[in-house]
Amino acid sequence: MTDRPIRVLIAKPGLDGHDRGAKVVARALRDAGMEVIYTGIRQTPEMIAEAALQEDVDVVGLSILSGAHMDLFPRIVAQLKQKNVDDVLLVCGGIIPEDDLPTLKQMGFAGVFGPGTSTQDLAQFIRDQIGARAGA
Amino acid sequence: MDIDALRAGQPRAVARAISGVERGGASARAIIAAIFRFTGRAHLIGITGAPGTGKSTLVNEIAKQYRRRGKRVGIVAVDPTSPFSGGAILGDRLRMQDLSGDPGVFIRSMATRGNLGGLASTTADAVKILDAAGFEIVLIETVGAGQNEVDIAKNAHTTIVVQAPGLGDDIQAIKAGILEIADLLIVNKADHDEVSATVAALEMNLNLKPMQENDWRPPVLKTIALKGEGVADAVDWIGKHRAYLEDNHLLAQRERARVRAELEMVVQRELVTRLLGGVNGSKVEMLVEKIAARELDVYTAAERLVQEKL
Repeated sequence: MTDRPIRVLIAKPGLDGHDRGAKVVARALRDAGMEVIYTGIRQTPEMIAEAALQEDVDVVGLSILSGAHMDLFPRIVAQLKQKNVDDVLLVCGGIIPEDDLPTLKQMGFAGVFGPGTSTQDLAQFIRDQIGARAGA
Repeated sequence: MDIDALRAGQPRAVARAISGVERGGASARAIIAAIFRFTGRAHLIGITGAPGTGKSTLVNEIAKQYRRRGKRVGIVAVDPTSPFSGGAILGDRLRMQDLSGDPGVFIRSMATRGNLGGLASTTADAVKILDAAGFEIVLIETVGAGQNEVDIAKNAHTTIVVQAPGLGDDIQAIKAGILEIADLLIVNKADHDEVSATVAALEMNLNLKPMQENDWRPPVLKTIALKGEGVADAVDWIGKHRAYLEDNHLLAQRERARVRAELEMVVQRELVTRLLGGVNGSKVEMLVEKIAARELDVYTAAERLVQEKL
């Protein structure tokens, strides 16, 4: 049980400007009762980690369609670690090849959500994960 | 909670403390009890106005100005909670990206979580934490406010009401409510049409108010926040307002008014929580049914519930 709405940061790292997916997710999580800090496009790893730190979020959700995830995601994870933000749930979505999934899981991404994901499933996944952590 | 880390302005400690007061309850009270002695130093500046007038962009620019002047800046930006889902989109930070990477700035987004009046019920507590953490300037951005969301005036030393051109005529300008709380009036988007008409309507309204010798007359300023134009002048005016409050011993007076309002609010909240805490849910449902069926009026029903609790 959490005693506050789940707080989620939704950000798009790097240079791709296609933010429809990120907005759909932000809106869906809002409708699922979560507080979504939406920082939008062209976020550097430093900006994302700083926002996660200051906003004290439970979840960081990254959307990327540029193909640069294997370059940017490790830098984001490193930035989060450096700022001692070590307890957030990491999820990502966008265009992410299956071959990269094992590496991403290893990096700490609990969920990878590609095109066609149901937003209800995503919200439920987040609730379950956060609930499990709070219970632990 | 690590008080030393908080007072040193360490972001993790500040962020956690704000989450703590947002949660409410005993732990929130403990946090405030521990830090309140270190508050009262920051200049609290409220920024309010209708949705889309450019409040967040203006906050971004005002913060940049203060950074150039060597001040550390804390920002609390409030956006509305959905009355249906309880969720929220907090999008003010998006307009403040120039400030990222600056350790002298701390931005926190808050959802109203059902509170009316333009702020969250815990915004004042979040502001206290930033104050205790050594931020000399705290900017408080309200939700997009219409006419009546005036709580910010009770929470800030200096209140800025942001207007945009083309949003209303001179009758809107003489209405009671939000315009009355302004210490500074800013017409943003001053590169749009109808700027002079908006400025004229606001000036006319100010001219209609009888002024005593020592009264503060809010300046009507023009800014183009996206380009940073006019913002240095606005920040100078914030300083003039602060000096005016100090010179006329109004700062202490405002502080007392603010504290009184806060005390009343906390008492009300506590009383309501304690009274309603034990109210029988099925009893409420039964009364709702009766009221909906027009068997009972709402005042009688409320009286029954209150009597039962008292």
